[in-house]
Amino acid sequence: MSRVVRVVHYLNQFFGQIGGEDQAGTPCMVKMGPVGPGLAFKAMFGDRAQIVATVICGDNHMGENLEESSAAAAALVAQYAPDILVAGPAFVSGRYGMACGAVCQAVSQELGIPVVTGMHEENPAVEIYRAHVVISPTGKSASKMRDAVQAMAKLALDLVEGREPEPGAYFPQGKRRLVVAAHSGAERAVEMLLARLRGQDVVTELPLPNFEKVPPAPALEDLAGATIVLGTEGGVTPVDNPDRIEMSMATKWGRYSLEGMAGMDPAKFTANHGGYDNTAAKQDPNRVVPLDVMRELAADHKMGSLAEFFYTTAGNATTVDNATRFGQEIVRDIRAQFKEKVGVVFTST
Amino acid sequence: MERAGIPAALICTLTSIAASVGANRIVPALGIPHPLGDPSLSLEDEKRKRRSLVEKALETLVSPISEQTIF
Repeated sequence: MSRVVRVVHYLNQFFGQIGGEDQAGTPCMVKMGPVGPGLAFKAMFGDRAQIVATVICGDNHMGENLEESSAAAAALVAQYAPDILVAGPAFVSGRYGMACGAVCQAVSQELGIPVVTGMHEENPAVEIYRAHVVISPTGKSASKMRDAVQAMAKLALDLVEGREPEPGAYFPQGKRRLVVAAHSGAERAVEMLLARLRGQDVVTELPLPNFEKVPPAPALEDLAGATIVLGTEGGVTPVDNPDRIEMSMATKWGRYSLEGMAGMDPAKFTANHGGYDNTAAKQDPNRVVPLDVMRELAADHKMGSLAEFFYTTAGNATTVDNATRFGQEIVRDIRAQFKEKVGVVFTST
Repeated sequence: MERAGIPAALICTLTSIAASVGANRIVPALGIPHPLGDPSLSLEDEKRKRRSLVEKALETLVSPISEQTIF
């Protein structure tokens, strides 16, 4: 772009120098040229870009009617025919972050121009808007204004001038972009293999998750004094699946009572797991949660006692994060009841 | 579990996956849709197999091991 880039800047009432909390209800208004942090942007932009106008809205005014107010703000922005909208940075401020996200999204949709805002990763607006709006990661507070402005200004110029921003310049949006490679996957794979055989360093195209190995826990002294807890990822639940554990990509686990049961009764328990044919498990859930033989073993004194409940989830396409969380939560649950001499028998389909 | 000091036996069919994700006490099962069963057998035979598999799993809990082990 050879001419000077026209920028409109969005700010809240505080950074827009209208006032503090007492002015948070201010309806949208415009001040010509850069205001407050806009001056820092002006310094960063140099002669490549110019903030022609600053749209300022109170955070409460925005927050109370996000859709309408952000549309009104977008209409104001449009009047100045910008090439790009820059909003904030909002750092960790929730209301301001929401306002920046909403205004950016509205402008992006209405005007079809690039938009950039900046927030700290803990700003709740990040999760809500990251897929729709380019958000530059910033520090937590205005003490990091300089760094934030520097990063946002660079990102803004990259976007408006058609350059690919650097990796990490903005929060991932969850978009997959198709790229045509110079060589086919087969050729690249063979090249990688040959490089490996030559002892050269090979950089993977797709980093695989790193599973932590944990040293084995010490063995129990004996089974006679131990409590054994049953668990499964086979998706076995009471027939009505009261906690609605999903059969795929499960987001929860359950703990259900085995009290008074000599075995897993198919009239009381079912199996819902999208990764295997549940027929055999539904016919006889003991095939996945071996309660019947556990009871026999306890009766024959082959172990101390069996916990009167079992843990369950469906381990089909469960995310590593969720699975890890389930494990941690289940351990806490077990420890809350059994301080020592406890072992787990976990079954998987 | 193991990190918290609770020995845990994993009865599963895909033992290589279990090993790659870090399970330490691994016991091969009787099949993916019925790890502790076998619909082709009579209930009596099934229970016998189920019992010996569970006994093996319990054994792993009292076996001191220093690395991942498929029993």
